[in-house]
Amino acid sequence: MKNENIIQYIYGVADNALILGQRLSELCGHGPNLETDIALTNMALDLLGQTRSYYQYAAQLSGDGKTEDDIAFLRIERQYKNVLLVEQPNRHFGYVITRQFFYDVFHLLLLQELQNSNDDTLSAIAKKGIKEVSYHQRFSSDWMKRLGDGTEESHQKAQEAVDDLWKFTDELFHMTKDDELAFQSGVGVDVSKLKENYYKRIGEVLEEATLTIPETKWFQKGGKQGIHSEHMGYLLSDLQYMQRTYPNMKW
Amino acid sequence: MTIALEQHIDANLISILEKISDPEIPVLSIMDMGVVRSAQKIDDVVQIKITPTYSGCPAMDVIGEDIIAAFKEENIQAKVDLVLSPAWTTDWITPRGRKALEEYGIAAPLDEEADKEALLGNKKIVKCPQCSSTNTKMVSQFGSTACKALFKCEDCLEPFDYFKCLK
Repeated sequence: MKNENIIQYIYGVADNALILGQRLSELCGHGPNLETDIALTNMALDLLGQTRSYYQYAAQLSGDGKTEDDIAFLRIERQYKNVLLVEQPNRHFGYVITRQFFYDVFHLLLLQELQNSNDDTLSAIAKKGIKEVSYHQRFSSDWMKRLGDGTEESHQKAQEAVDDLWKFTDELFHMTKDDELAFQSGVGVDVSKLKENYYKRIGEVLEEATLTIPETKWFQKGGKQGIHSEHMGYLLSDLQYMQRTYPNMKW
Repeated sequence: MTIALEQHIDANLISILEKISDPEIPVLSIMDMGVVRSAQKIDDVVQIKITPTYSGCPAMDVIGEDIIAAFKEENIQAKVDLVLSPAWTTDWITPRGRKALEEYGIAAPLDEEADKEALLGNKKIVKCPQCSSTNTKMVSQFGSTACKALFKCEDCLEPFDYFKCLK
């Protein structure tokens, strides 16, 4: 497998962690209470840490002198390969938790497969990530239940988020050209095979949370091809502000 | 399953490494933390490999700089690399490190099963580092840093951090 294809594959995995980490970082100091605020930003930190490991490896593979910062901050929107789910805004706490829960369940299944990659670095990053993401999933699953099976208002808001974000879940299982190549050569994961376990786990938690699974059969896609929702531009302008305004600035 | 900590550390370098502590838990040296994988003098440079506790742990960059500074004081040039595999586990914290944690007011990690029971709130087994009561309650799965959970003692009413088990 060519380095360029592995790099693209890494973007497909790592950009999700970067963008979700960015969304969670926005909540720093804005969580509904202190403990939740700390939890969400801790999770952001885990995700950004994982992103750094992936990008450092991609930078090393590219061999053109690019650094992890170039990859994180200096690409244009179309070059980010994250799924649409993770870029959706923090409308209210119900959205934050539902988005997290929908991603965590996928994330853990993905890493559990990626740890078997024949690429030693990706396997090591996945093994490390599993320990962290297990905590994330526990946190978001617990909160799904607390919100869904909580007060009338929390139930209604959680259901609203589930109904709204559901259409972004199917994209997680689409195989891109780079996914195919990576899977064929033993580097990557066939995400389409994770689907059954994913919806089973999601269904179990939602049922316990007394929330209803939407019946919609229409799903939105595009993020993996770099075609993002309108929220992505705003997110990137925040994320990239410093490097764009003061090129090459360092801490 | 526990992965044994394999260390390759030149004996004469240990005293320098023991002086460096985790910036977020100053009572714990990086040796007691179990993050130093190897330290060997090759030609005139000491090559050190450390393993991160959590992927995003901001302490890692500081630890790397502290190591280089500590060796520089001894007029030794050092180079620090991060290694991810095998991933760090709380089993690598030494008995002396666990004791230092408790004295500092952080409950040391339980074993994997017990940890799960404690974090799910099924059993009251995390011991309060202030009064040693196990009548304690989890307040939040995430504490002041990613590696800790926040607990409260229901006897002496003090809040405290519990170092989560990581395997």
